[in-house]
Amino acid sequence: MAIPDATREALVAFDLESASVRELNQRLHDAGEPQRVRVLGPGGRHSIAVGLNGEHEVEIEGHVGYYCAGMNQLASVLVRGNCGVGVAENMMSGTVTVEGSASQSAAASARGGLLLVHGDASARCAISLKGAEVVVRGDVGHMSAFMAQKGTLVVCGDAGEALGDSLYEARLYVRGEVRSLGADCVEKELREEHAEELAELLERAGVEDASPHEFRRYGSARALYNFHEDNLGSY
Amino acid sequence: MRESATFDREAIAEIQRAAREGLYDIRGFGAKRRVPNFDDLLLLGASVSRYPLEGYRERCATDVTIGTRFAREPLHLEIPVTIAGMSFGSLSGQAKEALGRGASEVGTSTTTGDGGMTPEEREHSRTLVYQLLPSRYGMNPDDLRRADAIEVVVGQGAKPGGGGMLLGHKISERVAAMRDLPVGIDQRSACRHPDWTGPDDLEIKIEELREITDWRIPIFVKVGASRTYYDVALAVKAGADAIVLDGMQGGTAATQEVFIEHVGIPILAAIPQAVESLMELGMHREVQLIVSGGIRTGADVAKALALGADAVSLGVAALIALGDNAPEHDAAYRALGSAAGYYDDYQAGLDPAGITTQDEQLAARLDPIAGGRRVANYLRTLVLEAQTLARACGKSHLLNLEPEDLVALTIEAAAMARVPLAGTSWVPGVSAGV
Amino acid sequence: MCGIAGIYTKSPALQARLGERLARMLEQLSFRGPDSAGVAFYRDPAPAGSCKVSLCASDPACDWGAVAAELADAFEDASAPRVRASHATIVVAAEAQEVQAWLAAEHPELRRMSAGAAIEIYKQAGPPAEFVRRFGIEELDGSHALGHTRMATESRVTTEHSHPFSTGLDLCLVHNGSLSNHNRLRRKLVREGIQFHTDNDSEVAAGYLTWRLREGASLEQALEGCLQDLDGFYTFAVGTADGFAVLRDPIACKPAVMAETDEWVAIASEYRAIAALPGAEDAVSWEPEPGRVYVWGPTHAAHAAGPDGAAGPASPHGPASPHGPASPHGPAGAARRAGAALVA
Repeated sequence: MAIPDATREALVAFDLESASVRELNQRLHDAGEPQRVRVLGPGGRHSIAVGLNGEHEVEIEGHVGYYCAGMNQLASVLVRGNCGVGVAENMMSGTVTVEGSASQSAAASARGGLLLVHGDASARCAISLKGAEVVVRGDVGHMSAFMAQKGTLVVCGDAGEALGDSLYEARLYVRGEVRSLGADCVEKELREEHAEELAELLERAGVEDASPHEFRRYGSARALYNFHEDNLGSY
Repeated sequence: MRESATFDREAIAEIQRAAREGLYDIRGFGAKRRVPNFDDLLLLGASVSRYPLEGYRERCATDVTIGTRFAREPLHLEIPVTIAGMSFGSLSGQAKEALGRGASEVGTSTTTGDGGMTPEEREHSRTLVYQLLPSRYGMNPDDLRRADAIEVVVGQGAKPGGGGMLLGHKISERVAAMRDLPVGIDQRSACRHPDWTGPDDLEIKIEELREITDWRIPIFVKVGASRTYYDVALAVKAGADAIVLDGMQGGTAATQEVFIEHVGIPILAAIPQAVESLMELGMHREVQLIVSGGIRTGADVAKALALGADAVSLGVAALIALGDNAPEHDAAYRALGSAAGYYDDYQAGLDPAGITTQDEQLAARLDPIAGGRRVANYLRTLVLEAQTLARACGKSHLLNLEPEDLVALTIEAAAMARVPLAGTSWVPGVSAGV
Repeated sequence: MCGIAGIYTKSPALQARLGERLARMLEQLSFRGPDSAGVAFYRDPAPAGSCKVSLCASDPACDWGAVAAELADAFEDASAPRVRASHATIVVAAEAQEVQAWLAAEHPELRRMSAGAAIEIYKQAGPPAEFVRRFGIEELDGSHALGHTRMATESRVTTEHSHPFSTGLDLCLVHNGSLSNHNRLRRKLVREGIQFHTDNDSEVAAGYLTWRLREGASLEQALEGCLQDLDGFYTFAVGTADGFAVLRDPIACKPAVMAETDEWVAIASEYRAIAALPGAEDAVSWEPEPGRVYVWGPTHAAHAAGPDGAAGPASPHGPASPHGPASPHGPAGAARRAGAALVA
């Protein structure tokens, strides 16, 4: 998704220096029709645009705190800055775009929709992922995709230690270096069907400077799926 | 022949099992060994210095409101007894429906578990508490908004510091779909939440949940009883509306035997710590305290309330009311290597009572309507018993029971519950004197 | 569980307003730390051969002037006390060790909060906003400062239990997290002669650093030692004579955000505390990596070097937006570290 034109008009402005996050969220929750809102002065505040349920377009001018766009449904949220812990946590659908970087646990347990981070994402990116798509143009930190069950994580940069520890069926694609793999996470062959899936996702995410065959695919070895004494070293 | 107290039959059998299998023993149910519990406390009924209330005519009220601190819509329960969180997955759909029916009939709540909210449970529970667990299986904002309260689970009494567990034969197609897992795997749940660690960040998480639900509904924090004094203070500081405190006797669907038996403290010892902590913060009765872990009778209910709880919660007891370990299944239990009254293999999913199983044929044995009636009967009995005892102590409301209505039969119970040894004024560790 | 804040100034203008800036940060951190607050300011250095001590009296009627006079008698000279609420700082013309020994013997009722050339520690139980007001934190200037707001986990809420903890001359520690092996470690440190005044886990971490430094380790080595010898969750910020150091445990669940502009380098538990600083919108921000010791100060060269001398580590946060440098990767990462260096 291309970054929306900054000169777009007809956006309602909402300044968090004078109004509260509570008012912003309530207004968006109550709206019967999709809203287009530009949020000013976020100042690292928490829980901005959480629990949205509608095709709203929210543009946030600045840095946000924890859980921005938490449990998002259908809305498009754009953060022109960095975000704190848990951006788009448990997202159900819609799109969240972060122009800056994201702190820990980005897209934690997210079930659907797309999170695009232009900068880096920190530790535990896509932890407990449950079906969403996460694309990070920069690096991700350690323990990313920990216990990721379903969905796709694409990292254009490097991944930190213990990528995909205790991975289930989520698919991981990393273009750069993986510092180390977590328990039960192994490199897998990137076949044509994966290249196609990846190409389609990169295009949807508006990533034009990376091509699928630059990536390596990682997935679960499925050896830890059932308790077995041979796996004791991994517990 | 003389049996060793250290290497008794059970210890020997367990060592032999470990040598065979090379893995810890996993089972359900709660701690089986004897620990100080409510049986070690007695209530002081009225006599000459105090006067009792007449049964029936003179009211002993039982209602309680949970979540008054911040929520616009706190829970109004007609009785101070709720049904604790148990997952669909660990329990059959029929069991969850029966619990909902029974609880609703007597005006109280049920709680979802580590698998998310099923439509049947929402439909059949008039008041439904929705758990937010480390696994986040099935978590979604639509269910959050349909819930009557949210319970952030830090831990449970059977395994404070542990996470959920469900073994492969219970990961049926439906369970797998709800939890986004492959069918038939052994579910490993996380023990920490994915997007917060610590009470300082829990505070921010609770605020997010309030924002998503427009500050409408109460947010509970559930902890297994461990360092309860600190945990309660931190839950209050993190912004909880109510605290659910689960003692070590609390049940589980599946966990390592060593975890069940050797981690956490009895609920008897935890309640006074929790109440002390709440009082120091000026929050007793402002942040409500719901306690669980081996509640069995109306006497347990009365004693827990006397110690300062606002309500109690039932897990294992509710399953037994449904039919778990019933004598009519004895032959079936024996075929599984157990017997009625001993069965604890909830993890196996082979429950002949149809409660802790995902097998369709077995689950079909449990009629949700009949089961619901049994649960309602049991809950009513608990409350009637508690009222009887409370009236005998001169109380017109169950919540007017207080610690001074209690004495202990043993020194351990006296020390843990912080009430005097019967016939004395001695509270070990607190006061001197006979 | 707590909030950490720190500011290292790069400009004289900011030095004059350091207290104001830190106070704003503490405000933002008071939700995650409502029980008590404390600061360590590095300012107004004592001349060579002298030391500055920060003391706390539980008696509100403490006669600080008399104490200073006694110190002036015992040693060549002592300044008039500068009093802030229950604390006072006094500059004494002698080495810190001698002064501390004298105070321990002659005035055991006074709690010794810090000692060194520039450090001043103030801390108090109670809401952070009240602490800031009572101690006049906004008036303070300095080259750098650390602040802390506390949510007590397993020990009591008292002034002694508050952070920062002094861990040597011009050295102090603040901690966000919860240790799990501090009790046994405390007993070992007591046998090594380290004194403790509380059952607080953070105090044990501070005592551990004191011990390692006493035994000849550098600050970097002592912090590396934490990774081996301390168990649990922690973000540590250590105030040093000319800057500060940061360390996160290898699991790194507790938050830590750093940010840098031409005027300052800052650390905080939550970005919104950094957002309170001037120029924050355009700051480069990043998160310290787990298990890695970071040390900042003018004596460290202005480039990044990894442990083997190779180019810097996995890049820190680098917004690709108009608000920061273009690319997160490569040489821009090194440039971002101007004024900071990684431990070799």
